[in-house]
Amino acid sequence: MKKILGITALLALVCIITAILSEGFLSGYNIENLARRTALLGIISIGVAFVIITGGIDLSVGSVVCLVGCGLPWLLTKQNWSMPAALAAVALVSVGIGIFHGVIITKLRIAPFVVTLCGLMMYRGIARGFTQDQTVGFGGEFTGLRTLATGQISIPFVDGFTLPAPCVFLLVAALLAAIFLNRTIWGRYMLALGRNEEAARYSGINTDRMVIVAYVICSALSGLGGMLYVLDSNTAQPVDFGNFYELYAIAAAVLGGCSLRGGEGTIVGILVGAALIMVLRNMIMLTTNYTNIEFAIIGAVLLIGVIADELVKRYAMRRRAARALLAETKPS
Amino acid sequence: MSAPLLEVRKLSKSFPGVRALKGVSIALQPAEVLAVIGENGAGKSTLMKILAGVQRPDSGAILMNGAEVEIRSVHDALARGIALIHQELNLADNLDVASNIFLGREPLRGGLVDTKRIRREARKFLDAVGLDVDPATLVGTLPIGCQQLVEIAKALSVNARVLIMDEPTSSLSAGEAEKLFKVIHDLRSSGVSVIYISHRLGEVKKLADRVTVLRDGENAGDLAREEISHNGMVKLMVGRDISQFYPHEPHTPGQIVLEVAGIRTPAHPGHALSFTLCAGEIVGVAGLVGAGRTEMLETLFGVTPALGGTMLVAGKEIAPRSPLEAIGVGLALVPEDRKRQGVILEMTVRDNVSLASLRKDQRAGFRNGRRERELSAEMIGSLRIKTPHDRQIVQFLSGGNQQKVVLGKWLALRPRVLFLDEPTRGIDVGAKQEIYRLMEELAREGVAILFVSSEMEEILGMSDRALVMHEGRITGELARAGLSDEAVMRLATAGEKVAA
Ligand SMILES: Nc1ncnc2c1ncn2[C@@H]1O[C@H](COP(=O)(O)OP(=O)(O)OP(=O)(O)O)[C@@H](O)[C@H]1O
Ligand SMILES: [Mg+2]
Repeated sequence: MKKILGITALLALVCIITAILSEGFLSGYNIENLARRTALLGIISIGVAFVIITGGIDLSVGSVVCLVGCGLPWLLTKQNWSMPAALAAVALVSVGIGIFHGVIITKLRIAPFVVTLCGLMMYRGIARGFTQDQTVGFGGEFTGLRTLATGQISIPFVDGFTLPAPCVFLLVAALLAAIFLNRTIWGRYMLALGRNEEAARYSGINTDRMVIVAYVICSALSGLGGMLYVLDSNTAQPVDFGNFYELYAIAAAVLGGCSLRGGEGTIVGILVGAALIMVLRNMIMLTTNYTNIEFAIIGAVLLIGVIADELVKRYAMRRRAARALLAETKPS
Repeated sequence: MSAPLLEVRKLSKSFPGVRALKGVSIALQPAEVLAVIGENGAGKSTLMKILAGVQRPDSGAILMNGAEVEIRSVHDALARGIALIHQELNLADNLDVASNIFLGREPLRGGLVDTKRIRREARKFLDAVGLDVDPATLVGTLPIGCQQLVEIAKALSVNARVLIMDEPTSSLSAGEAEKLFKVIHDLRSSGVSVIYISHRLGEVKKLADRVTVLRDGENAGDLAREEISHNGMVKLMVGRDISQFYPHEPHTPGQIVLEVAGIRTPAHPGHALSFTLCAGEIVGVAGLVGAGRTEMLETLFGVTPALGGTMLVAGKEIAPRSPLEAIGVGLALVPEDRKRQGVILEMTVRDNVSLASLRKDQRAGFRNGRRERELSAEMIGSLRIKTPHDRQIVQFLSGGNQQKVVLGKWLALRPRVLFLDEPTRGIDVGAKQEIYRLMEELAREGVAILFVSSEMEEILGMSDRALVMHEGRITGELARAGLSDEAVMRLATAGEKVAA
């Protein structure tokens, strides 16, 4: 808990500053939008966090979002598949990609960076191929399905704000992920093998299987994210749909306390990290005309965030040592 | 007497929750071998790390030749002629032996590393410690005992005036240790002072000119050359008498629980290994470093699956292809390399102790938190692990206490067959007794124990039977009646002359 205090404070600070600088920030419409965007980013960030916790990395997240985001409308409108068949197909493809990555990484011992970098190129390429680079979308149809992403859930006694449907997906995913990570033996196994894979294996942990599970969780949540993104936006352009999302997701996970060395991370932290990124984007959009410097700002905040985190950690270490000294010397 | 070469006055150092050193003083004369001993967690390594510039003291002074000095970094220490051989290996696995020896001090030629010269010079230092490997071998491929020798060769290569050795023999067997003692004698004759840390009191008696004993971060006393005795040292270390006695009683072996027939390890595929192990029996495995003892245990435990042969556990044939499968039939292995295979350094004591038992104690996939707390409390108690609480990160425990955490993890599983690879490595006398007593108790309960040890006394003291290995083969089996120093050495060298 203590670990995410700093980032939560930073989030609050950015929110306050934005609220002061721009009246629009606190409007019900803006908050709803922000919540929806945060939920979508949060879902794929949780996925990538599992991979990071096992000491790996997944660069293909954005391309899986693209593949699913283009594939679903393409199957439904261009190929005229039935809705269950199309949904099953994108789910299978997402899970299949995770298995594919995990198996290559564990059985052939190829670096995750390389495997998923190739994935990043392949899946977008495939999406651009079958759509022939044409924008795909639902047109005016499938409104029922689209409410999964566009739906609003009114909250009793609250006026002017309704909860966007993706938030429900996020809450469920976060809850399940937190239970998995903190309460099940598999969660502990992932944390352990992220720290020291060899010792984990000696302790009777099927490390290969756990790594594969992590990549499957990641790709499955990327697929879910891709589906919700396209249901939300109605159309998808294969060239740039989901572009750089893997970087946003990794940044959210790192801001939220995941160490790229593995073995560390909390689900709440990741959610705060995702929220921080979306609020920053929102701030830039509302208060400046230069949305194109967005990356520079997010990059700088990320860097400052991790540096501050490290400094606070060192300071706390020293404080604790000094306190121990005091406690020991006093009674004598 | 003139001012000592190196003197430490009232040095203190605290870590979160622990005061490791509380005003310790030591003095080192020129051309002297000073042994520093004490129980696990007494503060020995911390003191040495401060001298070597790895850590900074909170208060106190360090003097060299009577003048106060400040040692700010490892570089500082080396410049003053102080070199430390760490308790934990600090080699780069991915570099070769020669590059490791000269890491950070590479001689250049035309701006590039002079590889030829490095290899040639390295050969010299390897010969000095009696290690016969090609300087171009990757360090990661060497067994841990050889890595330890590389570490020593590396320390020799800096031409230190003060050479600190923190448990250099903990993974060496008698033969290699002998070579090291000779190196130490030579160093002393050439005027180098050595600070020697060890839990093997026999060695200390043989080597030391003087002994300084630490207890709980304080000076517990000094012993001059003629005062050094096993009992004297133990009394100062633990504050009470502990007999040197091995608590061994002969066991009546029960049913055969492990039958190994013609197993071939990937490391020595040319040799088939066969032996049996009975319930309630303690069998020692002796041999020199590189005899293939660790490789044998790893194959039996499924880490490196066997290339052939059969293995029966309680009459059922198995061929474990992973530790998971081996654990499933009741095997457990306390591995040799604790930092890599034993503990997860960044996790807590509790999480480490419970790690292997999670599967057994699970409730439909969920962890059993209460059981984890019970287990860790039980192991901290019965193994006397010195830790402020069970949420302490293992990295911050002393070496010996980390070893106890590894033992605890495997004992928590209640195995049927327990493989121990150097189980008392780096463990103090008091705790060794505890572990021996524990082995006895387990054997009495019917656990079959196979333990690899490089300490001859331990093999002689604890085994009902001993297997001796040499270059990947089992060269002989000795019943307790026939167990002797000479018999073991003869088989361990397979008739070759012991190089000494
Ligand atoms: N970095 C650290 N952070 C917290 N505590 C530490 C740290 N390093 C050492 N300690 C604690 O300081 C005490 C002394 O440790 P030290 O490693 O010096 O013991 P030692 O005498 O070398 O023991 P051993 O014989 O087991 O190697 C121990 O209680 C240990 O847990
Ligand atoms: Mg030590």
